[in-house]
Amino acid sequence: MGKLTPLSEILERQYSFVPGAVLGTGCAGCGGGIVTQALARAIDRIHISQDNVFIILGVQCSGTQAAALGYSMLNGLHGRPLGYATGLKLFRPELTVITVQGDGDAVSIGGNHFIHAARRNIDITTIICNNFIYARTGGQFSPTTPTGAHATSAPYGVIDRPFDVCKLAEAAGATFVARGTSYHAIELVDIIEKAILHRGYSVVEVLAQCPTSFGRQNRDIMGGGSGVEMMKWMRDNAIGIDKARKMSNKELKGKIPIGVFVDRKAPEYTEEYWNTVKRLQEVK
Amino acid sequence: MPSSTVRDITQIDIDLKKCTGCGICVEFCSRGVLALNAGYAEVVRLDRCTVCRLCELRCPEPAIIVTTRKE
Amino acid sequence: MKKTERKILLQGNEAVVEGAIAAGIRFFAGYPITPASEILEGFALRMPQVGGAFIQMEDEISALSAVIGASIGGAKAITATSGPGMSLMSENIGLAIVEEIPCVIVDVQRVGPGSGMIFTSQGDAMYAKWGTPGGNEIIALAPSSVKECFDLTVKAVNLSERFRVPVTLLSDAHLGHMREVIDVVDYEQIEKVDRPKPTCPPEKYLTYDADESGVPAMADVGTAYRSRLTPYLHDKGGVYGPSPEERRFLIHRLHHKILDHLDEILMVEQTMVEDARIAVFAYGICARSAKAAVKAARAKGIKVGLFRPITLWPFPTEAVSKLAQQVDRIVVAEMNCGQLVLEVERASKGEARVSFVGQDDGILMTPEKILATIEEDLNG
Repeated sequence: MGKLTPLSEILERQYSFVPGAVLGTGCAGCGGGIVTQALARAIDRIHISQDNVFIILGVQCSGTQAAALGYSMLNGLHGRPLGYATGLKLFRPELTVITVQGDGDAVSIGGNHFIHAARRNIDITTIICNNFIYARTGGQFSPTTPTGAHATSAPYGVIDRPFDVCKLAEAAGATFVARGTSYHAIELVDIIEKAILHRGYSVVEVLAQCPTSFGRQNRDIMGGGSGVEMMKWMRDNAIGIDKARKMSNKELKGKIPIGVFVDRKAPEYTEEYWNTVKRLQEVK
Repeated sequence: MPSSTVRDITQIDIDLKKCTGCGICVEFCSRGVLALNAGYAEVVRLDRCTVCRLCELRCPEPAIIVTTRKE
Repeated sequence: MKKTERKILLQGNEAVVEGAIAAGIRFFAGYPITPASEILEGFALRMPQVGGAFIQMEDEISALSAVIGASIGGAKAITATSGPGMSLMSENIGLAIVEEIPCVIVDVQRVGPGSGMIFTSQGDAMYAKWGTPGGNEIIALAPSSVKECFDLTVKAVNLSERFRVPVTLLSDAHLGHMREVIDVVDYEQIEKVDRPKPTCPPEKYLTYDADESGVPAMADVGTAYRSRLTPYLHDKGGVYGPSPEERRFLIHRLHHKILDHLDEILMVEQTMVEDARIAVFAYGICARSAKAAVKAARAKGIKVGLFRPITLWPFPTEAVSKLAQQVDRIVVAEMNCGQLVLEVERASKGEARVSFVGQDDGILMTPEKILATIEEDLNG
């Protein structure tokens, strides 16, 4: 972890304040903007040309914020970013393709595309801003909302069990899987940097609080309803994966492991495809 | 000849148009540099700032910018 | 330059693959569905041979998503499916319309509704235009021979590039599987149209900058140009949340970039209509049966002609209006329960009597059936 670049330089180099664009959600204490900044910082560190970065946004609050960045971008349909990303990356493997999606976008409506991108191990980075709710549409529960939590579409409490997004990614075949939080902002930049540099399908799940839609309905979960309270909860309950691995199940109850869980090599989809084409052309 | 001292001058700017008064920067500044005042963050102890930049990184907007220059 | 021709025996579905390659298609994404799977399989074989990209995606939704992504990356891209897959692609078709992404969707129609059966129909004629929320202009072409499966795929690709709009090729199960010998020239000799590129410097580029009936330039990604592509209503910069005036401008432009250029888009074939008292309106594979019926009717002394729209959407309203003024009666023959007949009735404005003969059972309409409709009520 090196010195942090002054934000003024990051804003100048990586953001693009398009006239008329609505940037931050304006919700006090939103975790999404923290993720956007971490992404901008990670790209800044890697020194890749902005020309070669392409961001595909799903439908979520964090998408609005990521739209403030200075790269070419596509707003996709809800849940479908990985489809566009797959087509783009396969045809233009030299581009750095990143999808920024909410929890519902990534593992509910987008769930099928998520597991297949992981299975293919295509060189795309997916950043999942997990605020445990469908915030943009007013606070309905998502597949990551904790059991028993309240949501506008679960007024008596959520019955379902939530996904463990990182375990889902790993089981589906993703070769880089990590979890960060908006509180652990410095580590988040490192994780995103590693994820982008990783050759293969990379998933970074970020716990990014939503005080407005989640917090207001659930003041007794995750430390309270405000941004500060939820980030305190992350500070107090997140455990680095190396430490977590040495703890018993009892000790881990209620805690959330964070860090890099999976970082391995496997054949990358676009490379395998274009090698097939190359071999075919050589035979001719 | 007068002796010259080169100092690091730290400046913290908070964009009041963007600041939502969420209090994250205030709460997690381990040096007590910031405080909330009438719904906005403000600098109260600039002398204690160590330029860790955590307030910048954790601001959702981002509304807080920390700059340093030599003087 | 001497055009070298060769004769090849192809299935309709195979001809789509070859036409696409000839047109410069270098990206296919799809999902298996009867009766279109031969197109998927054909591209799986041919795309690597021509240095293009092929991928079988996890469903039709992501198939069209991948096509859109590749097109954004500069590829001429295509997918193929049938009715049930078209339903799944509906939302992305809407996205492609508003984001103005050149792409071609081949619909090898089968009987509906629902999952229907894998046999022939023309049941998606209206869906091709109205199957995505909002109401919008798209282009749809209907081949009626294996040769047209080849040629109209080329045309579809070129039109999608010219107008930055999704183009649907309405084939069907029968046409997709029948085989005919066709003449094909060297692919290098086939005219290819490319999407408009920006002429301004990168810092001045706005993703959706065009006049009221214009097509915006599509910048290449991976360059200094920045694109903000969005399926939401947007201003010229691609920024969401435009004023009501900007919304009206955008919707108007999306319609008029097509409607103001019908001379480049509409294709109609009229046979024996000059002295006809009755015209048969038929398209796609059904037009072959109609042609035979018209010949048989002529042999019996009935003055019948054939009006075959090749472009189904935008609908050739003006040409049908003229036809209605010319003839007494229009017999619409289509293999569904009555779809384009509604457009014919609309365009006729009461100038000709419109009757309908349909087919809803997956069987190819016979010339005899059309002839019977022509003959019935001849004096009425």
